Amino acid sequence: MSASANDQVSWLRQPGVLAALPAAIFLLLGFAGPLVMVFGYSFMPARSFSLLQAPTLENYVSVVSESYYISFAWSVSLAALTVLLLFPICYPVAYGMARLFGKWANLVTVLIAVPLLISENIRLFGWVLVLVKNGILDGSLQTLFGASASGPLYSVPAIVLGLVYVYLPFMLFPLVIGISMVPDTLKEAASDLGASRWQIFREIELPLSMPGILIGGILTFILALGSLAESKILGGQAIVMIADDIESAFTFAQNWPKGSVLSVLLIGLSGLIVFALFRRIDLDQIIGRR
Amino acid sequence: MSASQSSRTTRSLIVIWTVTVIAFLYIPMVAVALASFSKQRYFRFPISRWTTEWYTKTFESLSVRDLLWTSLSVAALVTVFSVLLAFFGALAFARYDWKGRKLYQRLVLLPIFFPQAVLGLALLLWFSVLDVTTSWQTAVFAHMIWIVPIVILIMSIQVYSFDPALEEAAFDLGATRWQVLREVTLPILSPGIISGGTFAFLLSWGNFPLSLFTTGADQTVPEWLYAKMVSGYTPMVPTLGTLTMSGAAILILVIYLVWMALGARRRARMATNDE
Repeated sequence: MSASANDQVSWLRQPGVLAALPAAIFLLLGFAGPLVMVFGYSFMPARSFSLLQAPTLENYVSVVSESYYISFAWSVSLAALTVLLLFPICYPVAYGMARLFGKWANLVTVLIAVPLLISENIRLFGWVLVLVKNGILDGSLQTLFGASASGPLYSVPAIVLGLVYVYLPFMLFPLVIGISMVPDTLKEAASDLGASRWQIFREIELPLSMPGILIGGILTFILALGSLAESKILGGQAIVMIADDIESAFTFAQNWPKGSVLSVLLIGLSGLIVFALFRRIDLDQIIGRR
Repeated sequence: MSASQSSRTTRSLIVIWTVTVIAFLYIPMVAVALASFSKQRYFRFPISRWTTEWYTKTFESLSVRDLLWTSLSVAALVTVFSVLLAFFGALAFARYDWKGRKLYQRLVLLPIFFPQAVLGLALLLWFSVLDVTTSWQTAVFAHMIWIVPIVILIMSIQVYSFDPALEEAAFDLGATRWQVLREVTLPILSPGIISGGTFAFLLSWGNFPLSLFTTGADQTVPEWLYAKMVSGYTPMVPTLGTLTMSGAAILILVIYLVWMALGARRRARMATNDE
């Protein structure tokens, strides 16, 4: 008994544990706490604001029986489409950054990272100005060809454009890391042994850069799954995504238990995917190149 | 011959594609900047009459001053606290070997993988259950949940390349823990601290989904922009947007120069030490 208490004290005294404590306590209070609470609310009777009532499954039953599967389906399919579009868009750029650009790679990195530091709202608003009736696209077409392109805004393709645009760097940078993990010598060896370029790509580059591809794909998928601004700003009322439903349940409808159920389902889905990813990769190797 | 020619073609295609992708990333920013100089109340392209009057109006507006002040206070506090927490967090992440580190690495990164709008709503509930009135101070807390993990990740990259033998040497020479931190660890990690701090500031400055639910009656710049986009459009939206973008660009440039200067100074010092 006292021996294990001593063990705990000596574990606590390690510099690593001491250094980890501030951020860990902070995230426990600000991240784990709210999530546990949302989980708790999902079992409270509908429209209640207290956590101290008899738990019930009625919210889960009502969410499943109502039409929320539509917004879930939209979110999942648009997120999947975003990943499928981003991979071929980003792979050549990532390949260039990891292999071809040399000292220019730093400049390309900065140019791609800078938009991340500009508010998402401003950038999406820029697309509104491009796509809106009499906007930059429509106005240019009218002036140049007398044709009109009114209507691309407030539609599903506009939302997809927004998602692809906003999450592009989140696919690109992991891909760069993934591709630079593939040793040049392996490719040379394969080439010397007569492998074609397609074979080298399929048998060597793709599998060896898989950790980067997985991180990029999953990061993009999860961020797009829970996105709110793209469908609000570029989609208008075209479709409702799951984050919209969660927001209206918590705010307009003032139904915390229902909003909590929807959050739990979204978090559960994302969580499953992230844990599956974390089981397959080693962070020390990817971030620290160890 | 033909092989090298085809690889040269691939090379040029990749360069052209990269330039296209970068141009794509900057299209909306150019659009916002253009709109801020258009005289018309509602944006029409091509722009027929140009003006800078919206800039004068924006500078004179007292409500814009309030917004900027709120956003600045939030971003400044987020930067200071995040860098402090993340500095030690990154040491635990990448420098020290301890039982539980692998688990810590995974858990601490979870908020990055989390939908921000849902996090904002969960925090709104959390504050209301704890009976905390939401204001810009609660937004500082909310931003940090998302930004501390990002800064830990950025700083860890620097920490991984840090040679622990340097700290041990200083200890052997009789330095105290505090002296080692101040004289060895901090200077070596300063590029990571600077880039982490820059990210913290700008990500907090531009954040919308977390602010939306956690600022209460206060309003940050991105919230105001969104509210005006949805209803009550004014050309001050692209104007304030352009000002924000220029501010961020200048800050990034300054930080980049400082970063380069630090690197050059360190290389110079190492060169003199070698002699």
